[in-house]
Amino acid sequence: MSAPKTLYEKIWDAHVVHQTEGGPAIVYIDRHLIHEVTSPQAFSGLAARGIPVRRPDLTTATEDHSIPTTDRSKPIEDEAARTQLATLAENCRKHGITLFDVASNHQGIVHVIGPELGLTQPGMTMVCGDSHTSTHGAFGALAFGIGTSEVELVLASQCLLQAPSKTMEIRVEGTLPLGVTAKDVILYIISKIGVGGATGHVIEYTGSAIRSLSMEGRMTLCNMSIEAGARAGMVAPDEVTFAYLKDKPFAPQGEAFETACQRWRELKTDVGAKYDTQVILQAEDIEPMVTYGTHPGMAMKISAMVPKKDDFNTLQEQEELLAALDYMKLEPGHPIAGTPIDVVFIGSCTNSRMEDLRAAAEVLADKRVASHVRALVVPGSAEIKRQAEAEGLSQIFLDAGCEWREPGCSMCIAMNGDVVAPGQACASTSNRNFKGRQGKGSRTFLVSPAMAAAAAISGRLVDIRTWETHA
Amino acid sequence: MNAFTTLTATALPFLKDDIDTDQIIPARFLTGTTKAGLGAKLFYDWRYDDQGQIKAESLFDSTRFQGSQILIAGHNFGCGSSREHAPWSLKDFGFRAIIAVSFADIFYNNALKNFLLPIALPEAVVQHLAQTIEQDPSQTITVNLAEQCVTLPNQEQHHFEINAFRKTCLLEGLDDIAFVLAHLPQIEAYEKALGKTAAL
Repeated sequence: MSAPKTLYEKIWDAHVVHQTEGGPAIVYIDRHLIHEVTSPQAFSGLAARGIPVRRPDLTTATEDHSIPTTDRSKPIEDEAARTQLATLAENCRKHGITLFDVASNHQGIVHVIGPELGLTQPGMTMVCGDSHTSTHGAFGALAFGIGTSEVELVLASQCLLQAPSKTMEIRVEGTLPLGVTAKDVILYIISKIGVGGATGHVIEYTGSAIRSLSMEGRMTLCNMSIEAGARAGMVAPDEVTFAYLKDKPFAPQGEAFETACQRWRELKTDVGAKYDTQVILQAEDIEPMVTYGTHPGMAMKISAMVPKKDDFNTLQEQEELLAALDYMKLEPGHPIAGTPIDVVFIGSCTNSRMEDLRAAAEVLADKRVASHVRALVVPGSAEIKRQAEAEGLSQIFLDAGCEWREPGCSMCIAMNGDVVAPGQACASTSNRNFKGRQGKGSRTFLVSPAMAAAAAISGRLVDIRTWETHA
Repeated sequence: MNAFTTLTATALPFLKDDIDTDQIIPARFLTGTTKAGLGAKLFYDWRYDDQGQIKAESLFDSTRFQGSQILIAGHNFGCGSSREHAPWSLKDFGFRAIIAVSFADIFYNNALKNFLLPIALPEAVVQHLAQTIEQDPSQTITVNLAEQCVTLPNQEQHHFEINAFRKTCLLEGLDDIAFVLAHLPQIEAYEKALGKTAAL
């Protein structure tokens, strides 16, 4: 009998094409997703070498970062963005790559459409020139972000040169308290292990609290693995995974699906397999979370006080805290709940799926967004947009005074004109609260969709568990 | 040829932790389709004011650190997005090596692919180095990749780790794509064995 293996090791071993002596392995990539921002220089590189895309059939493209989320029938005003999108279209046409552009029914954020179309499947290796590729790990795939040089390498060879990662188990046991979502779980995890806490590791999330999450929740969780520095995050596939994938357009169909499920059931960490690092957390310790600083590790419970200098040991940490609080305009030792906000963004590859929109709509139903707040709801894909409209969610958002937009990355990365103005505070369901991430001088508070919706109504950060009784 | 062997240069101390790639190059400068000219956008919001004028306090534009080819940084340098625009902009600005306490994974890989050498040294060494350079920016640091050795201005020498394969690639200017495509028969055999050949 072979030695017990972790889920990561099983997928890794199955994809090693060639092991160089003392160096990296040539690893096969089952699915390559591309978008307009990180692919043009890779295609130029191929052209300069005069080599074709080796497996266009395993490559799928979409437009998400640079596209406006307003009326798509109008030409794009930003000339650079227009050129970038035209370049992607031309590269896909030239190389025979399927492109889900804005005219397609399947357009959307790359990490939303992969799962939605069944392009993402358990046991696959998947890459994209985008750090949030870790999202697809929710299906028990090994999925990670790569740079443009590596995009070029995968286009040329369908392989990557990689050294194996270390493994980290993050086990969350117990029942998640009321008001606590996958977003709160991952913010809690990052606040515990730090933004560099999982560097060099692939995380496998385990435990009863993780098992209880829907596929959408698991995607939110795995999505932000990169914010802890992890190469990838994964959850072993189970019946929840298979039920989600059944009948998805690119998933195996009929009998082939049943055969695939049998194979996928083997994709779990063997009893006795060892992780390099282990973190064990209790679900009951988690509360609704919010970030207070300028990276996702600076996250806290919504009911707590903004940290003080004395809460940190080293001078460097203290300086970092004070600089962050100065930028965020927060007072140490004061409650974070009640902080005024100007903008609410519900969207991004972290939280723009049906479950997220339903959670936000439930809070916003029959209510009005505070008069000084601008609230954007940006569905993750064209499919989600249709479904949300069919379910009446979009009407709830519009009635509440939100803007209901076309699908894209939008205000998460603020490349497309959807920008938070300098100094403005944004309660955002996205993944990064870096300085200026949502626009120069923007101040980002990362929260779950329900917390963002409640903040929109209140005009300030509130605790989703108690805000209505205090209103 | 693009390669890295040795470097003797002055350095710029920027000893901050968790510098993310949105700081290195903000997303609004990612709409291009080439790698050219990104150095002008490097650390844009640190360097330029609201009118697009260089701030007086910008270290990257101060005469004290002019011509520095080595950047000194703190923990977890290059965290966040996978944008290769980060090493492209550092390289285009003139940096050839980064000495930091630690690096984020994707940035580290991206830097190597652009012959921008990431060097991790112990925290105390990096802090002391930054202070020394701050006092006299004309002092030089020497990096010898073959020896995996950094010589500091006080002649103190420090070993650094680098994967042997990556080291060879840097020293000899080797290219991943040529290397992997030389293994095409193995790739094809792998696809054939697992039925992963294209449905024609």
